[in-house]
Amino acid sequence: MSDLLIELFSEEIPARMQARARDDLKSMITHGLVDAGLTYSSAGAFSTPRRLVLSIEGLSTESKPVREERKGPSASAPPAAIEGFLRSTGLTPDQLERRADKKGETLYAVVEKPGRAASVIIAEVLESTIRTFPWPKSMRWGTGTLRWVRPLHSILCLLSDEGGAEVVSLNIDGIQSSNTTAGHRFLSPARFPVTSFDDYAVKLKRAHVVLDSAEREAAIWQGAQNLAFAAGMEVVEDKGLLTEVAGLVEWPVPLMGRIAETFLGLPPEVLQTSMKEHQKFFSVKNPKTGRIEGFITVANTETADHGETILKGNQKVLSARLSDAKFFWENDLRVAKAGMTEWLDGLNSVTFHNKLGSQADRIARIAALAREIAPLVGADPDTAEQAAKLAKADLRSAMVGEFPELQGRMGMYYAREAGLPEAVALAARDHYSPLGPTDTVPSDPVSVAVALADKIDTLTGFWAIDEKPTGSKDPFALRRAALGVIRLVLGNGVKVCLVDLLSKAYDEIVNVSAKTRQLYIDGHPNYGIAYQINKVPFDEDGDEPRYSGQPLLIGEYLGRPAGKSVSFPAETTYGRLAGRGGEADLLAFFHDRLKVFLKDQGIRHDVIDACLAMPGNDDLTLLVKRAEALAAFLKTEDGPNMLAGFKRANTILSQAEAKDGVEYSYGADAKFAETDEERALFAALDTAEAQITPAMRSEDFAAAMAAMAQLRAPIDAFFTAVQVNSDNPIIRRNRLNLLHRIRAICSGVADLTKIDG
Amino acid sequence: MADAPKAPRSFQEIILRLQNYWAAQGCAVLQPYDMEVGAGTFHPATTLRSLGSKPWAAAYVQPSRRPTDGRYGENPNRLQHYYQYQVIIKPSPPDLQDLYLGSLKAIGIDASLHDIRFVEDDWESPTLGAWGLGWEIWCDGMEVSQFTYFQQVGGHDCRPVSGELTYGLERLAMYVLGVDHVMDMPFNDPAAPIPLTYGDIFMQTEEEYSRHNFDGADTAQLLRHFEDAEAECQRLLDFPPLDPKSGKTIIMAHPAYDQTIKASHLFNLLDARGVISVTERQAYIGRVRALAKKCADAFRLTPAGQDAEVAQ
Repeated sequence: MSDLLIELFSEEIPARMQARARDDLKSMITHGLVDAGLTYSSAGAFSTPRRLVLSIEGLSTESKPVREERKGPSASAPPAAIEGFLRSTGLTPDQLERRADKKGETLYAVVEKPGRAASVIIAEVLESTIRTFPWPKSMRWGTGTLRWVRPLHSILCLLSDEGGAEVVSLNIDGIQSSNTTAGHRFLSPARFPVTSFDDYAVKLKRAHVVLDSAEREAAIWQGAQNLAFAAGMEVVEDKGLLTEVAGLVEWPVPLMGRIAETFLGLPPEVLQTSMKEHQKFFSVKNPKTGRIEGFITVANTETADHGETILKGNQKVLSARLSDAKFFWENDLRVAKAGMTEWLDGLNSVTFHNKLGSQADRIARIAALAREIAPLVGADPDTAEQAAKLAKADLRSAMVGEFPELQGRMGMYYAREAGLPEAVALAARDHYSPLGPTDTVPSDPVSVAVALADKIDTLTGFWAIDEKPTGSKDPFALRRAALGVIRLVLGNGVKVCLVDLLSKAYDEIVNVSAKTRQLYIDGHPNYGIAYQINKVPFDEDGDEPRYSGQPLLIGEYLGRPAGKSVSFPAETTYGRLAGRGGEADLLAFFHDRLKVFLKDQGIRHDVIDACLAMPGNDDLTLLVKRAEALAAFLKTEDGPNMLAGFKRANTILSQAEAKDGVEYSYGADAKFAETDEERALFAALDTAEAQITPAMRSEDFAAAMAAMAQLRAPIDAFFTAVQVNSDNPIIRRNRLNLLHRIRAICSGVADLTKIDG
Repeated sequence: MADAPKAPRSFQEIILRLQNYWAAQGCAVLQPYDMEVGAGTFHPATTLRSLGSKPWAAAYVQPSRRPTDGRYGENPNRLQHYYQYQVIIKPSPPDLQDLYLGSLKAIGIDASLHDIRFVEDDWESPTLGAWGLGWEIWCDGMEVSQFTYFQQVGGHDCRPVSGELTYGLERLAMYVLGVDHVMDMPFNDPAAPIPLTYGDIFMQTEEEYSRHNFDGADTAQLLRHFEDAEAECQRLLDFPPLDPKSGKTIIMAHPAYDQTIKASHLFNLLDARGVISVTERQAYIGRVRALAKKCADAFRLTPAGQDAEVAQ
C-alpha cells in the first residue's frame, strides 16, 4: 500500500470555484484509479487560492491482472463475420481460441491484461484529469494550448510508502511533475521538496500556508470574534462570506477597524452590503447601540507593523465607498420625502417585460388587485392600494441601483422617512416575500395583500403571454411565485377563491393596458377602432402592441397616424394569449405546486388528489384543511379499516348501479332491515350524520372524519353478517340504498375512492 | 533598480518609475495614441497587436476619456479624463505576476507592508468583441490594477495569449502619495520652483468637459459623425489589397481602426448626453463591435497581424 499526494499549483483560483474544484479533483482521480483497477482506502481534497490538492491513502501498488474472454462467431461462420470479430478485438486469427461445443467449434478471444504499476496509472489518470477538468471558465496562456482556470505552474505528484517516496513522472505541455512546491507568495516564496502528505502539510504551514479551507475558515472566525470581543463588540455571522474570504487567503490575518462616525446613521443593511460586496468585510455590531460600528477585514499576510498600514488603507477605501453610499442615501431621502413621484414617473420608462408593459403599468395592476384582495385578508383597501403603489418605488432609488439586493429594504426606510404609515413601509419591505420554501411569510395584512397581488399579477401576466415554465426552465421564477401565493394563503389562513383573483388579475392586465391605449385613442379616431376590434395596447411610441386581449381580427392595425395602415409585426401575432381560459390552467399549476409543498409536509399524493376532487378546490386553505384531516384520519387505527369498508360499499354499489342502470339514491328504509347488524348500521349512520352535518358546515373536517371513523365497526359487522345482493329485490334495493348513504356520508371531506390501498 | 526605492513624491514620478521599470523589463515604451479613447486597451498597440503570433511587448501611458464620469472636478476620484498605464506582452511570460509585483515595488508599494491580492475579475469589452480572464489587484482593499490574459480580441482567438496590465494611474498614485482628493495631488515635485497640483492642470478642463459632455455637445452632429465613422471604416476596408500606386499589398487596417475608435468615442459622448435609450444602447455597442471585428479581420491579413508561419 502507498499514499499519493497531488498538488496542482497555479496562479490565483477564483474563490467561488474552489469547493467544486476540490470535489471534481477527488472524484475524477479516484474514479480514474478505480476504473484502472487500483483500490484505495481514503481520499481528501484541499484548496488554497493557489493550489488544488489531493491526498489518497492506502492505494494499491499495482492493478490486478485482468483476463477478458469474449465469445465470437462459430468457426465455420462466413469470413466477414470472423473478420469483424477480429477487428473488434484487435487480434489476429491465430490468437483466437477454438472451443468445441454442440454446434461444432466456436471462436473465443481471450485477452490477458497484465497488472500495471500504480505510478503508470496515476500519470495517465492525472494527465487526463488536468486536460478535461470541468472549470466553469478556463483559459490558455503564453504559447500553450493547455487550458486551466489560470496559468498552471507546477505539478507535484508523489507516491510514498514506508520505504520512501518517488515522483510520479508526467509532463503536461512542458510542466514536469516534481516533489516540490512553494510557500506563501510574499512570506515564504521559496520552493521546497516534500516526502509525504504529512510532511507537505507541516512544511506548508511553516511556509505560511494553511492548506485546509475549513481550518482557514475556523481561524478567521475565531480571530474575528476575539478581536470583536476584546472591543466589547460582536461579529455579524455570514457563512457565505466566510467561505469566500477563506478562498482568498493562504495565511489569514483578521484585522478590525471602526466605521467613521459620519456613516453610522446609514441603515445597517447599507453598511453591511457595501462592506461585504465591495470590500469583503465582516460587519461588527455594537451590542449596546445595536448598530454596525466596525468591520473585520482579513489580510493574507503578516507585516512588521502588525497590519497597521493595511488597516489604514482598507479604512480609506471604506470611507470612499461609504461616502458614495451616504450620497445616495441623502439624495434618495430628498426624493422620498417629496413623495417619491420622481421615482414613480421613472418607472414608466423601465420595461418589466416587453409584452407586459412597464414597471409603472405593472404597479397600477398590482395596486388595483391589492385593493380587491385587501378585504379578504383584513387590510384596509386604501392603505393596501397606497402600499402597492409605493412598494416598488425604491427600484429607481440610487441606493437600489447600486445594491439591487437592498430592494424593498430601502423602500421601507424611505417610506418611514417620508412619514408614510408603517403598514406601507412594511409592505415595501415584505411584498417580495416569501422568496423560497423557508423564507418568512409576511403576516401584516397590508403586506399580505400586496405580496399576493404582486405574485398573482406575475403569474397571470406570464400565463397570458404564454411564458410558462417548462421542464427545468423557469426564467421568471413562476414556480417560486406560485409557492409564494400558497404559503401566503396558508400561512395567514386566507379564505379566497383563487380563480376569482386570477380572473381579476386578467381583467387588470386588459384594463390597465386599455388605459394606456386611451392615450392614443384621444385625437385619433382610428385608434379607437383598432382598440374596439383588437384591444391591442400600444407602448409609448404607439407602434408596437405589447399583447392582445382578443384574437386579432384584422391583419393590420391602425396604431399609426390616421389613414396609414401598417401590417402587424409577425412576433406580435399572439392574440389568443390573454384570453379567458388561462385561469383553469393556472389553477392546475397552483395545484401542482401545492402537491409538492404538501408532500414535503408529509401529506401523501393520493390524499391531496382525493381533496382536489372536491368542489371549491381553488380555496387553498379549505383544501389543505381537508387534506390535513384526511391524512390524520388515515393514520388512526380505524382510518384504513373504515376506508376499506367504504371502498367495499362503493364497489358493490357502483357495480350494481352500472348493471341496473339506476342510481340507488332513494333513501334506505330501516323497516326493511333483516338483521341486527343492518339495523345497527342504520343507527350508526344516523348518529354519524348528526355529527358530520354540523361539522361540515363549520368546516371542521377533523370532527367529520372522527365521526366517519365510528362507522368502521358497524360497516365491518354489516358486511360480515349481510349479503347485499339478496334474492329478494326489495331487500336488495334497500341495502344498495343503504350503501349509498355510506357513500354520501363519507364523501363530504374528500373523494375517498382516490385513496390508495 | 535600488532595493528599497524612496517613496515617490509626485504623480509624474510614479509614471516615470513605471516607464523605467517596464523599459528595464524589455518593453518598447510607446507614446499615447493620438485619438480619444475610453481606455488604454483601445490603443492599436494592444487591440491589434494582440492578434497574430508575432511576439510583442509594449508599455505606454494612455490618456482616457469617459464622458459619463465627468463630475465637474468635484468628486475626489472620478474624472472624465484620466490616465491609464498599459502594459501588453505577447506571449504572456510565465512570471508576469512577479513582473507586475516588481512594478508595484518600483513605485513604492512594499509587499512586506501591504496586503496585495489577486481577486477574480474577468474582463470583457463588448465594443471590442474581446474577453479574457484575470484579476483585479487589490492593495489593502483598493483596486489598483487589472490583470488580464486575453483570450479573444475582435472575435479572434488570441494565439499566443497576451498578458495585459492596466493601472488606473490617478487612483494608484493617490494611494501611494496619501492624497484624498485627486485635485490636491502633486503633479510635479512639490519642492519644484513652480509646484503644480493635478487640480492646477485639470480642474478647469474637468469643468469645461463636464459641461460639454452633459450639455454642450451637439447630439445631431455626433450622430452624424457616428454614421460617418462607421461608413468610412467600411469604405476603407473595402479597398482591394493591392495598392496600384506602390504595387504593394496594403490593407488599411489601422486607418479603418481609427474610425472604429472614433465611433466608440462618439457613442460614449452620445451616451453621456443621455440620448441613447437602453434598447438602442445594445444596438450601438453591436455596431462598434462589428467594426472592431472587421478591423481585426483585416489586421490579421497584414504583415504585423499574420501568424509567423503564414508570413514566411
